[in-house]
Amino acid sequence: MARAVSTRRKVMTTALAWAIGLLIFFPIYWTILTSFKTEAQAINNPPLFFGFDWTLENYSVVQERSDYMRFLWNSVIIAGGSTALGILVAVPAAWSMAFVPSRRTKDILLWMLSTKMLPAVGVLYPISLIFVEFNLLDTRIGLILVLMLINLPIIVWMLYTYFREIPGEILEAARMDGAGLREEILYVLTPMAIPGIASTVLLNVILAWNEAFWTLNLTAANAGPLTAFIASYSSPEGLFYAKLSAASTMAIAPILILGWFSQKQLVRGLTFGAVK
Amino acid sequence: MATQHSRSAARLMMAPAVILLLGWMLVPLTMTLYFSFKKYLPMRGDSLERGLDWVGFENYSRFLNSSSFWPSVQATLLIVGGVLVITVVLGVLLAILLDQPIWGQGIVRILIIAPFFVMPTVSALVWKNMFMDPVNGMFAHLWRFFGAEPVSWLSDASVQSIIMIVSWQWLPFATLILLTAIQSLDSEQIEAAEMDGASVLSRFFYIVLPHLSRAITIVILIQTIFLLSIFAEIFVTTGGAFGTRTLTYLIFQRVVDSQNIGLGSAGGVYAIILANIVAIFLMRIVGKNLDR
Repeated sequence: MARAVSTRRKVMTTALAWAIGLLIFFPIYWTILTSFKTEAQAINNPPLFFGFDWTLENYSVVQERSDYMRFLWNSVIIAGGSTALGILVAVPAAWSMAFVPSRRTKDILLWMLSTKMLPAVGVLYPISLIFVEFNLLDTRIGLILVLMLINLPIIVWMLYTYFREIPGEILEAARMDGAGLREEILYVLTPMAIPGIASTVLLNVILAWNEAFWTLNLTAANAGPLTAFIASYSSPEGLFYAKLSAASTMAIAPILILGWFSQKQLVRGLTFGAVK
Repeated sequence: MATQHSRSAARLMMAPAVILLLGWMLVPLTMTLYFSFKKYLPMRGDSLERGLDWVGFENYSRFLNSSSFWPSVQATLLIVGGVLVITVVLGVLLAILLDQPIWGQGIVRILIIAPFFVMPTVSALVWKNMFMDPVNGMFAHLWRFFGAEPVSWLSDASVQSIIMIVSWQWLPFATLILLTAIQSLDSEQIEAAEMDGASVLSRFFYIVLPHLSRAITIVILIQTIFLLSIFAEIFVTTGGAFGTRTLTYLIFQRVVDSQNIGLGSAGGVYAIILANIVAIFLMRIVGKNLDR
């Protein structure tokens, strides 16, 4: 009896939700669709939803003209490298704060978070100067370092919230059974920490992949990742919608797929554990 | 209880992260602060080797008194405010909608979240060219279909266009967080109110909205911090023209285009202060949450 109206209501809310979902997704769908058209079909009026000849030509043209693979590789190295390095630095820190908290732990955590709030444009010139000084301009290692540093607070925070959920009793139980510190870490804590670390890696690869202030300002032809590659399409020559679409599709596809796996972690990571 | 031994081990484990972040914060910040009190125009022969002239607070006052300062504040407020209103209002409505029993809820959620994963340069360029272009864009086709004159979105309605693009990117974030918050609402409470004859609107205003207030505050604060520094969306669409030069973009132009490092640094210090004001409120909420 509780939900007598439910079926009719469910049909209506379903229809509405799907309509809104498709509307929001439409620009992405349209980009993917356009990437398979010829340039003439891409700007056809009325817009073509079907009845065009599917072609893969745009993808090969984008690769030939601008060496897309190099930018892709830069993105992979920069996002992967900065995440790996960040995890390496953050795991011990988050670990000690979660398991050996002191009076200052909270202050340190909040201070770390505050470094994330520093507006990038305020330190653009100093960072460029340091980059010139150490020959880091337009290098992948330079960007790996910067992206590692800007995301480090988020990595520490996320790991901290995950580690804190590991119950302390389990350690005591292991100790009672005669486990030493080494066994404790290797066989008890590590398996419990892996899922949290994996989620943190996932979210940070996404954040680093899409970062578009430092990647645009500190790279040129050499170390530019996909964000910079796409930005080069902002002053185009001739017909280019289909090629822009192909380039865009290739740039966002890997992260769209990763992103769909990371919805839950996104909330935790980006609200610093304040909403779960 | 933690022993003395494990305490010092813990400190050692924290050291790399703390030292790196301390360096990352202090070194550039000190440099920006230093340059902000200097006359530093590299294009006109000023260089660090020969020493820079101390000008006191001149850069600070010049930044505030320049003719582009107030328009940039206005653009910043319009864009940040506009995006906040749109994403929070639509985010609450979408979260409530997605919380209802619907078929294929997982897929709908994926569709709605997707824009968040699109890199800023892609979303800005796709919107600029394929939707907002006055000749070949989707909107132009649509306008013509209804017999209207196509609009040059990014020059005639530039601020609104930027708001629209950025809102599209951030609506998923707001929706996702508000949805997570709404799912922790006790459904029995709603049912009890329903039985007592509370209307849809009063259920919304007296139960749902108060329950969401904390999540809404967090969404507003976090988004404000990110929105204050949006860059790529303006860089590849209008390049700061047509009234879309935000504070961030103005500072960027001072430093990179006109190469006036002193002036840009003074602007940077203002931006840092502004961001910190917002950050303090956010930290309070996050900090309170830590105690629990």
